[in-house]
Amino acid sequence: MQILESGIGELIQPYDMDEFREWNRTRKSRKLIDKRMSEHEAVSKFIYDGCYIGTELYGTVRAPMSLAREVVRQNKKDLRVCGQGVLELDLWLAAGLIKKLDITYIGLEVYGIPPSLRRAVESGQVESCVEWSNASITWRMKAAAMGVPFLPARSMLGTDMLKYSAAKVVEDPFTGTRVALLPALILDVGIIHVQRADMYGNCQIEGITGFALEMSRACKRLIISAEKIVPTEEIRKYPDRTVIPYFLVDAVVHAPFGSFPGEMAYMYGRDEPAIKEWVDMSSTAEGAKTYLDKYVYGLKDHAEYLNLIGTERLEQAVATRERRQA
Amino acid sequence: MTENSYTKTELMICVAARLFEDGTTCFIGTGIPMLAAMLAVKTTAPNLVPVFEFGGTGAILEELPRAVGEARTFHKGISAAGICDTMETAQRGFIDTGFLGGAQIDPYGNLNSVVIGDHDHPKVRLPGSGGGNDVGSFCWQTIAIMQHDARRFINKVDFLTTPGFLTGPGAREAAGLPPGTGPAYVVSTLALMDFDSDSCRMRLKALYPGVTVEEVLASTGFELLMPASLEAIPAPSAEELRLLREEIDPLKFYI
Repeated sequence: MQILESGIGELIQPYDMDEFREWNRTRKSRKLIDKRMSEHEAVSKFIYDGCYIGTELYGTVRAPMSLAREVVRQNKKDLRVCGQGVLELDLWLAAGLIKKLDITYIGLEVYGIPPSLRRAVESGQVESCVEWSNASITWRMKAAAMGVPFLPARSMLGTDMLKYSAAKVVEDPFTGTRVALLPALILDVGIIHVQRADMYGNCQIEGITGFALEMSRACKRLIISAEKIVPTEEIRKYPDRTVIPYFLVDAVVHAPFGSFPGEMAYMYGRDEPAIKEWVDMSSTAEGAKTYLDKYVYGLKDHAEYLNLIGTERLEQAVATRERRQA
Repeated sequence: MTENSYTKTELMICVAARLFEDGTTCFIGTGIPMLAAMLAVKTTAPNLVPVFEFGGTGAILEELPRAVGEARTFHKGISAAGICDTMETAQRGFIDTGFLGGAQIDPYGNLNSVVIGDHDHPKVRLPGSGGGNDVGSFCWQTIAIMQHDARRFINKVDFLTTPGFLTGPGAREAAGLPPGTGPAYVVSTLALMDFDSDSCRMRLKALYPGVTVEEVLASTGFELLMPASLEAIPAPSAEELRLLREEIDPLKFYI
């Protein structure tokens, strides 16, 4: 197959599909093991300096915020990170944890360009940004999830996105048309927040699934945080709701309001003032540091964070939740 | 604000809303497109099917979503799936229209949302493509919504993030993008533009009330084609303004 064009971006996380199979054979237990642990234990056990890591869903929606804050608290450095983020990746950028980015979108949505992203990238603190579209990064995970080395796609063609990615353009051997090849992305660690999980790691999600299916199957280590830990019988009552089976999972963290100040479908809505507080404070490096001192470094764990937020705010978030139609 | 006055943003939302065709599928991004889609559903396109990239399809847009994944993007929807489902649906030709934004746009409708300046040493790092490149690659037609000034409407974008017509006629197809796709309109704060079918270059289509051709040209950093006959965009109706202010964005996130 002739290569017509090659992106000049670094393949930050090269893949080895046979090694991934071997990993899944030898390092991922099929036994039913109680994997419950704290944020502190999960992060110290599975996240390490320099690892390639991703988060799901994103910033203000079903985001693993309690785990993201713990990563900052433990100062895991030189992280190589993929994907889309709002608050979670912005916190990591502000804390100086990110070395390389397979970036799709890091933004504050209605509030615009994140000053932390600008500071981290424009100063050179983030060494490289390799560009991907939302579909292409997810399809890279899907390739890994399928156990194949790459997937063809009609995304990024003809643009600087392709040039600054690590994708390649080839001639479709069947038809002769140009198509982009997206390399499989196998993450060292993925962290995903869900509505409920059992102690073994069987996970059920309500609302949109984002890219939880793809990422959960593309990780060597997978840390789950869950709003509720439920008995396995509850999972078995609704097997059609299970998005992530236990054998993909390495740690299960009980994190009520784990997505706060973001939302959790059918459980709680987003806390606009809390999101706005980060938007405002992160406009300067000093402000971002003050925020991190207040909400991360100055607190021991997620329970202390929720205490600081206070019951009234949490109840208010619950009151504004999306409701199922009667 | 009196009943008869309106802001540029309000007018831009009304112009965008009037472009939605009823009974079509439409990719909606964060911001102005969400307001425009809500207004369209309440006025001329009640059977519009909004698609949000992280998985929500066919939501009833009762309240303004503030993120492309939040629960309002699948409120009373027909499906809450994932990003592969929506993007693959688009890639196989099921999404009619996509709405886009960017920091810069060129005469061929190419958009930049990655960097101002050099990629590796940017003057300004922008959020990135997100789903923008995919929407611009897959949808049958795209509509860009832009602030209109000479820094944004430029001859060459610093970074080509989302494909318009690339370098001109045939360029999309030559690059491998699906045939028959590309930009249809640009809705700016001053005017409505479309694209000349022969040259694929941006063309002035209609002026907003009180805006002159000279003003549009002075705010455009490239040669904008002139139409055979210039249309006039009517001001927002009282009902459009009422819907926007009272029902769609009462908390004034955008207007």
